[in-house]
Amino acid sequence: MSVAVKIPTALRTYADGKGSIDCTGATVGEVLGSLVEQHPGLGNHLRTAEGKLRSFVNVYLGEEDIRYLDGEGTAVDDGATLTIVPSIAGGAA
Amino acid sequence: MTLRFDETERERMNAHVREGFPHEVVGILAGDRGEHVISRVHPLVNERADSAHNRYKVSGLTLMRAEEALQDEGLEIVGYYHSHPDHPSQYSEYDRDHALPNMSYVIVSVMGGDVASTQSWRLTDDRSRMDEEPIESWRKP
Repeated sequence: MSVAVKIPTALRTYADGKGSIDCTGATVGEVLGSLVEQHPGLGNHLRTAEGKLRSFVNVYLGEEDIRYLDGEGTAVDDGATLTIVPSIAGGAA
Repeated sequence: MTLRFDETERERMNAHVREGFPHEVVGILAGDRGEHVISRVHPLVNERADSAHNRYKVSGLTLMRAEEALQDEGLEIVGYYHSHPDHPSQYSEYDRDHALPNMSYVIVSVMGGDVASTQSWRLTDDRSRMDEEPIESWRKP
């Protein structure tokens, strides 16, 4: 399965400056695994030390947030597009 | 690298910070990433109504739409600003934990409603800390 993953500006440094990376995998989790295998520098920013996606990392399959599908188990079709969409958060305390 | 911040836009950011007090406010800093220049401040709505005095959040799609509109005008996203009401402009561990790399995070300390200090921070590649970068006044040509 070939799946395009769109990379946000903040993370492109770790993906040779590219805005889109061709990956493989049958599920969202496998596709993200393929992405990090090709560009290991992305791993630390996408996942916590425990392996969970960081809270500010949102992944969309087409127009759908994978949180409202089957999460990282969501099946992806050949030719699909995954988009990594960061949210921003912080605060004094 | 020194962050060069248009004076008029910086005052717009400060006005947003003062108006929002005692709540945290947040916005996008746009301009030229290569030149490290901020020529546009774009206020956003803080979605953390439950704890707005010490937290901010802007969800992904809202942020993406705002950034795309700025990019359509030929601007690049240089970073984000937020306020720390009655708190220093030092980043918090919560800020660091949620920060994106390769972006400038400008924090404005607002004490009793007045701007007290402003610092800009960038996350290190290993996410272990944020390093301060100097801010310099600049004027749009």
